Amino acid sequence: MSEFVRNVRLWFAPQEIRQEGRTPDYRFSLANERTFLAWLRTALALIGGGFAVDQFLPDLPWAWRVGLALALLGSGVLCSLRAVNHWVRCERAMRRGEDLPATRFPALLGIAVAVVAVAMVVVVLVGWEG
Amino acid sequence: MNGPPPPRDPGLQPERTRLAWRRTTLSNTVAAVLAVKTALHTRTAAGFAVVAMCALLWLAFLTLAHRRIRALATADAGGSPRLTPRHAAAATLCTAALAVCAAALLF
Repeated sequence: MSEFVRNVRLWFAPQEIRQEGRTPDYRFSLANERTFLAWLRTALALIGGGFAVDQFLPDLPWAWRVGLALALLGSGVLCSLRAVNHWVRCERAMRRGEDLPATRFPALLGIAVAVVAVAMVVVVLVGWEG
Repeated sequence: MNGPPPPRDPGLQPERTRLAWRRTTLSNTVAAVLAVKTALHTRTAAGFAVVAMCALLWLAFLTLAHRRIRALATADAGGSPRLTPRHAAAATLCTAALAVCAAALLF
């Protein structure tokens, strides 16, 4: 957790990250930036999914609708925060010449999306019966 | 014997990064449009206030993307300015705040 707090400080202190190690190849930095943007798009897609659940499933019980929407929106927030954190960690690892940070976030996100999808299937089936 | 090293050819990397910013802005636009649709559905004053906030966040992200694209376009071949953590954090905050606005629109 203290590692995370240190990273958060780095988000707002560009000069500190520049003092570390050697400047990596420009192209690698740009590739890292594109990965960051791809994760940001994933977060935006999750947020859009939250809006869509709220808007396009009006027949759902209120609790299910709001619960699903909040789960999607929460994972969107998590995804965007993790995007910038992972970007900082990768940038620093490249400067220090270390291995890129290993992460289990993609697996967790994949499982979360699968759970939401199964919940949607259940909700739609139950909704049709009810 | 050897001259100075030739300037590095950045290839298509800046352009690809530019397009990635464009795609992300587009995703942001879709989310903002969905927010407008939600507010039009509920039609409350609070809803429209939240949508105005969403519009401001979208504008902020557009500005961030535009500034980054300008920086990538005007840089010389040797070394383009890198993305600063502050810029990245600002883009992230726009996204996270949009999600908070969405959660506010649910109620």
